[in-house]
Amino acid sequence: MNKIDVGFSATRRLILQGAGAVALIGLGNLPFGLTPALAAANDKYPEEAFKQKSDADVIKTLYGKTAEPSDKVKMDAPEIAENGAVVPISVSTSLADVTSVAFLVSENPNVLIAKYNIPAGTLPSVANRIKMAKTSNVTVLVEAGGKLYSASKEVKVTVGGCGG
Amino acid sequence: MTIRRRDFLTLAGAATLSGSLPRLARGADNGVYDLERFGNARILHITDTHAQLRPVFFREPSVNLGVGPMQGNPPHLVGRAFLDRFGIRPDSADAYAFTCLEFEKAASRFGKLGGFAHLKTLIDRMRSEAGSGRTLLLDGGDLWQGTGLANTMRGVDMVEAANLLGIEAMTGHWEFTYGEKALRANLERFKGEFLAQNVYLTEEAAFNDAKAFDPASGRVFKPSVIKEIGGHRVAVIGQAFPYVPIAHPKRFTPDWKFGIRDEELQKLVDTHRNTDKVDAVVLLSHNGMDVDLKLASRVTGIDVILGGHTHDAVPQPIAVTNTGGTTLVTNAGSNGKFLAVLDLEIGKGKVKDVRYRLLPVFSELLKPDPAMLALIDEIREPQAVALSEKVGVADRLLYRRGNFSGSMDQLICDALLGELNAEIALSPGFRWGTTVLAGQPLTMEDVMAQTAVTYPETYVQTMTGGQIKDVLEDICDNLFNTDPYYQQGGDMVRIGGLAYTCTPTETVGNRISELKLDNGRALEADKHYRVAGWASVNEQTGVPVWDVVARHLRSGKPPNRSPPGVTLKGVEGNPGIAGQA
Repeated sequence: MNKIDVGFSATRRLILQGAGAVALIGLGNLPFGLTPALAAANDKYPEEAFKQKSDADVIKTLYGKTAEPSDKVKMDAPEIAENGAVVPISVSTSLADVTSVAFLVSENPNVLIAKYNIPAGTLPSVANRIKMAKTSNVTVLVEAGGKLYSASKEVKVTVGGCGG
Repeated sequence: MTIRRRDFLTLAGAATLSGSLPRLARGADNGVYDLERFGNARILHITDTHAQLRPVFFREPSVNLGVGPMQGNPPHLVGRAFLDRFGIRPDSADAYAFTCLEFEKAASRFGKLGGFAHLKTLIDRMRSEAGSGRTLLLDGGDLWQGTGLANTMRGVDMVEAANLLGIEAMTGHWEFTYGEKALRANLERFKGEFLAQNVYLTEEAAFNDAKAFDPASGRVFKPSVIKEIGGHRVAVIGQAFPYVPIAHPKRFTPDWKFGIRDEELQKLVDTHRNTDKVDAVVLLSHNGMDVDLKLASRVTGIDVILGGHTHDAVPQPIAVTNTGGTTLVTNAGSNGKFLAVLDLEIGKGKVKDVRYRLLPVFSELLKPDPAMLALIDEIREPQAVALSEKVGVADRLLYRRGNFSGSMDQLICDALLGELNAEIALSPGFRWGTTVLAGQPLTMEDVMAQTAVTYPETYVQTMTGGQIKDVLEDICDNLFNTDPYYQQGGDMVRIGGLAYTCTPTETVGNRISELKLDNGRALEADKHYRVAGWASVNEQTGVPVWDVVARHLRSGKPPNRSPPGVTLKGVEGNPGIAGQA
């Protein structure tokens, strides 16, 4: 029970810090002794970044450096969304020393969907559901070892067609 | 109708594939269905029969455009280009079965195709020739939907027919539109296996302990089965239509999520290869042919993809190379017109060689199986009178299949415009729907064969010109996105009251232009229009479309013969088009 309590409270705090997540499904397994790491990663709410209207401006505001596409960033997203209001997007990575993960939807009114600060020792695996206004490129940013990596995929939001 | 047996016997024959060398399987002296013996295992495949228990006319498309890397490649060939590609003689029975060329003339010469009693005779023959324990009969889905009978019975009729036919495994698409309860009840009756590796519980449904084949993974259905045929173990994996909740109302499958899921598929193939040590892997797919071709280039370890959904009758498999070897991709047509015969020479852990034939089911050449005939009559009897009601006469050849329009859909759009007092009518671009020859009576059964869905309610709503264009763009992208994984496999929505120009090779948002109303005025982006339609993914409450069409036909209004208002741009020289759109 104790273990579960720690997990819950850590998750809650991550949500409160992460800010702006539409829905949070899981953050992998959170180990014990997170308090110092959480405190260290406790950046203030990135208000300016959430106001940006393009991928480039979000990346500049949030990280101040450029992202490099990497096949070590594994994004799972549908080709065609079953429901644009709740599109399941998840990411995991084999990169070491991950400090944060962010989700961007280029065509949404505000491009930045969520940023998750990842405490040291945490499995870098995030799943969330995002709301998409229309067909758009979805980009995941992973900050690891002081560098920024990315993966992108187009997710189609359609009015529905007709099958064969 | 005169049966000219000699017409059939002198046909060129469907080509087969041996390695990469196409050969003629049937010489001029052979009977149409006399096949050269080959291999130690025979897989029989039917798909997209759309519940057509009785023989039908079905005109193959004159427009089936491929764009980008798909341009000019099977299945995007029609008419003469199709005959040339597959070595089929013009004016032959095969040319009639596989293409739209001189359809009306050929239809009166060669007659109807398909019918489950005729299929049964042919399947039984193919089974007995291969020998007992050496065959497997698979159905690729869209078995339970497409007729008034199947619609009323929610597919029960087709489960009975499938059991008598001896279908051993199937996957699904329209089957899902009857909803979970009816689907599960039908599967209780079904003697074969229903396979789908790509249907999972939603997170909410999993949390609520909804029924699943494998609660740990969330897989709703059994993903695959290992069958022993000809002394070898063959894994058959089911791939349901990946976009059920998008192409159809989500309310039919609220607890399930779909998708192509080729990573999960790869794991399953690897398990069958490495752990189960099977000798062959077959994917029974309802992806559609373009999706299957892409999937075959990404997923390794599949010997053959037996495909459906896009209703492409492709006489030869297409060989696709991937990092693990070669995968053959087939598509076996629709409406019971064809039986695919895949003969395999299987060795330990591998397929050594194959022969593939897509046999047209010429109803006039096959003696219908008496037991199946009796079953069909028995099932149909309670509704026979209602279905036989004559509501009109075909004033011209009425067909649906084609990328942009068909004369049958023009008729439906006329009915919507006239009966619902609308300026513009929209009708879905389904690929099922049989053909009626000019002068033939139109019965309620014919009307249902175009409209038999579980969401037939019509609607009339106000839309702006901008919204109408967006809808057209969106659906057009489902058809012509250059990445098949973003396609859904249907045809373009049909339109009445509005003409437009389409440039398939453009990108989404830029394909549709020059929208013009019947009165010659341009469609204005901000102006509101009265639009009628049916088969909406949103819940509607209007009169079922079949009643609207029947009312229109019964009223005997003079037929509207104005040509379909679609002008194509940028497809000059594309072998996916022959004649009008």
